[in-house]
Amino acid sequence: MIRWLVILVFSALPATAEQIVLGLSQNEVAITTTFDGSEILIFGAIKRDRPPPDVDTLGVIVTISGPSERVTVRRKDRVAGIWVNNASATIDVAPSFFAVASNLPLNEILTQREDRQNRISLGYAVRTILPTNRGLQNYIEALLRVRQQSNLYQVLESHVEVTEGTLFRATIEMPSNLIEGEYRAEIYLTRAGEVVDVYRTRIPVQKVGPGQWFYTLAHQQPAIYGLISLAIAVAAGWLASAAFGLMRR
Amino acid sequence: MQLYLPIAEVSVNIFLILGLGVMVGVLSGMFGVGGGFLLTPLLFFIGIPPAVAVATQANQIVASSLSGVLAHLKRRTVDLRMGTVLLIGGLVGAALGVVVFNYLRSMGQVDLLVRLSYVVFLGVIGGLMLIESVVSMRRIRNPTKKRRKLHKHNWIHALPFKMKFRVSGLYISVIPPLLVGVFVGILAAIMGVGGGFVMLPAMIYILGMPTKVVVGTSLFQIIFVAAFTTMLHAITNYTVDLFLAILLLVGGVIGAQIGTQIGTRMKAEQLRILLAVMVLAVGGALALELLIQPSELYSVAVVTR
Repeated sequence: MIRWLVILVFSALPATAEQIVLGLSQNEVAITTTFDGSEILIFGAIKRDRPPPDVDTLGVIVTISGPSERVTVRRKDRVAGIWVNNASATIDVAPSFFAVASNLPLNEILTQREDRQNRISLGYAVRTILPTNRGLQNYIEALLRVRQQSNLYQVLESHVEVTEGTLFRATIEMPSNLIEGEYRAEIYLTRAGEVVDVYRTRIPVQKVGPGQWFYTLAHQQPAIYGLISLAIAVAAGWLASAAFGLMRR
Repeated sequence: MQLYLPIAEVSVNIFLILGLGVMVGVLSGMFGVGGGFLLTPLLFFIGIPPAVAVATQANQIVASSLSGVLAHLKRRTVDLRMGTVLLIGGLVGAALGVVVFNYLRSMGQVDLLVRLSYVVFLGVIGGLMLIESVVSMRRIRNPTKKRRKLHKHNWIHALPFKMKFRVSGLYISVIPPLLVGVFVGILAAIMGVGGGFVMLPAMIYILGMPTKVVVGTSLFQIIFVAAFTTMLHAITNYTVDLFLAILLLVGGVIGAQIGTQIGTRMKAEQLRILLAVMVLAVGGALALELLIQPSELYSVAVVTR
């Protein structure tokens, strides 16, 4: 299991606001041959140089999003008695992975205006070039539902623990079918629904070891890769036959 | 124990995949079918992307079929001459099949056509084999009835370009085996399988080959069709996952040897009934999937990254 420790660094701050400043102790995820998903541990603290306002609710929101994809969502209908893919819609921008974690339900710590401006909640993660009509909205909802079921999209309300109004920590489980690329991590600090500070960072996710080597070979020298595959198959078939022949003797 | 597959981009349990390989290998050795018709849906079920599943199992079929053929060669139950004629037809058919496949894909709905052809062919072939086997078993129980003639003369014997197939004990025209090869090749390319389950009954019922040599000869032909398919997928789609293939073929080659041993100890009729029941079961399961309303009507496919 790989843990990313996102650690707050106390440093000189402007005198006015509450602020988060982060340092990454580990700045990438390596997909090894034994990779079985990853757990990200994010923790830090809120730096402030005056007592915190008592009345305004403190919000801490952590989002992690994977590289964007263009996806086709298909709907099955009953045609002549059998269920077949009938209608479809293309969604231009959909993250391959998306998690949003917060210390309280999002609508209690984030105004709609701030949510829309910063594109924080899951509903803003998916976009289309065409204006969304009601028909398209069904497909977008289906995409969110299907990917939430396979843990690729996660909404983790009340998942960020805040201690003494200062320290926070959250763990986010990433599934084993991660794709390679640059993942974005964003941490938002809100007061009374308004964003008071944001920290953004990038975390590359890469294959390493034999997996990476074969992946590159398969894409750059496909004929050689194919012949290697066949050679291994032929060798395995012959070896098994020979081994069983010896055992019978 | 988990292993991350670099091409499929998913993490799988090593023992689950090994077990699947053994199971399909046993079928391959017993019946001379590649087992693709069973393995493909199972791989989909455990979360391997369909394109990777189809391409990778073609590579696995090469290994298990070769292992099976070597066992059959020792017992002299491979008609190499007949296998070669079938293979020539098969390669032509596979090339044609790819063209047909791409044409269907351009019209959309290729998934449905693949599924429907599975249901239709598995149903028809399984049904025919089951009826045949039950009838011939009854005949064995009632020996008073007239025995079947060793070989019947029909329209096939009137065709030109006759050739002697000594191992099969046949003297027939090369046209029927060539056509059978082409037909099976087309199906193999469209359905993404070796085509053994179509080839076997065709060899028995159309060409009149003895059941004893059918399995070895079919395996011989499948090796080359599967190798051709592997190369095609590796070069055009980059979807052959070597890690997955190695796991499947380690299980597969062991299974094929076990299967060949079981096969030699069973009566041909029993073997045929078993295969028929299995083919019908898979066909039935696929048909149900088309008929019952799925719990999630929507599906997501990645177009570009």
